[in-house]
Amino acid sequence: MGFKLILEELNVFSKCKQYRLSIWQCPQFLFLIMGLVIIATALVTYGLGTRYYVADPETVSLIVFIITIVLFVITFSIVRSMEGLAEASKLKSEFIGIVSHQIRSPLSNLKWAYELLISEKFGELGQKQKEYLKILQENFDRMNELINNLLMVSRIEEGRLPLNKAQFSLTKLIEEVINGSKILAEASNVVVKFVASDSLPPAFADRQMVRVVVENLLDNAIRYIKENGQINVILKNDGDNLLFEIKDTGVGIPKDDQKNIFQKFFRSKNALKYQTQGSGLGLHITKSIVNKSGGKIWFKSKEGEGTTFWFTLPKNK
Amino acid sequence: MKKILFIEDESALQKTFSDILTQEGHEMISATDGEEGVRLAAAEKPDLILLDLILPKINGFEVLKKLKGGITTRDIPIIVLTNLEGAGDIEKAMEMGATTYLVKANYSLEEVLQKIKQALGE
Repeated sequence: MGFKLILEELNVFSKCKQYRLSIWQCPQFLFLIMGLVIIATALVTYGLGTRYYVADPETVSLIVFIITIVLFVITFSIVRSMEGLAEASKLKSEFIGIVSHQIRSPLSNLKWAYELLISEKFGELGQKQKEYLKILQENFDRMNELINNLLMVSRIEEGRLPLNKAQFSLTKLIEEVINGSKILAEASNVVVKFVASDSLPPAFADRQMVRVVVENLLDNAIRYIKENGQINVILKNDGDNLLFEIKDTGVGIPKDDQKNIFQKFFRSKNALKYQTQGSGLGLHITKSIVNKSGGKIWFKSKEGEGTTFWFTLPKNK
Repeated sequence: MKKILFIEDESALQKTFSDILTQEGHEMISATDGEEGVRLAAAEKPDLILLDLILPKINGFEVLKKLKGGITTRDIPIIVLTNLEGAGDIEKAMEMGATTYLVKANYSLEEVLQKIKQALGE
């Protein structure tokens, strides 16, 4: 297993292909070439030094000069390719930010026009009209959620995720989120149970952001339970922190996918099998928020049996 | 009946708010760019201004500065209604004298109407 991993790491060609980079723009390949040049230089120098005596200092200087130039060119290429990657990453974040913002405006126009229609302030609506308006609403809610997620990822990447920390009751927040998902849970025949230890101190974090964390974890737990199932949520003390646990009887995360689930845009094979909707951003955002709040997040999962997620948040001091 | 000035370049929103505010018994005046907004505010002296921040000609922050600097317009309450939510935007607008800052995507029409009523003292 370890040996296989090392071999995979050394296969620079497949790495470069994976990142969709040409060979001469790929840092891994350039490092490999530089390493080979250094080794070759060392061997040649050793050979020259031990077997042949080079009497002419000019020849030695020339060899050293040529090797230095070769190494300089390679190093320069590596730096350039790194700059290119950093630039691409910056452009991508800016692109996500601009596109999301531009989509948000027409989306709020749509939402408010819909709200005006459904309020029946300008005339009563028939049953069929209401049904179709509901479809409209569900779909721009979905779009809104996606845009908000993209904007949040772009903020996380730019390192400007705003956190307004204050003390609040995490128990109360969890109860609110569970109440808010009642309809979805009932529709999926899922029972959600919540137990909180007595007299827990308040948490110290950004309530809005922690709400996103709890919503994401509960939403995932409900969505990936196939038909009937149970979700147990526990909140208790853990030293200087509060410890949140959510355990589901869902489809679980395949072992191969477990290392990637916090990566952005990653969707597990199981997730795709049971739920085609989803951007693969929820857990990435969740982890970023927990980490920035001074907590930790981890999980344990077995395919076919279920998943348990834990996260900690600092207590109010 | 109160007079409300809406400075917004999106015609869809102009229509939605014009319909709903007229139905609520108010008069709505529209400006589709920053310059027109400043001019209409001074000429019409509305009871409330709804202001977007991303506007043609001069942007919403400039408009806010001009309105709060004008003798005839500085006491008019201003609700900023925008999708701009960058770092410091909210603080900047509030410091410049905005009454409320609403991010369009986060509020329902009903909630915006409530804020308008509050600002009008209803």
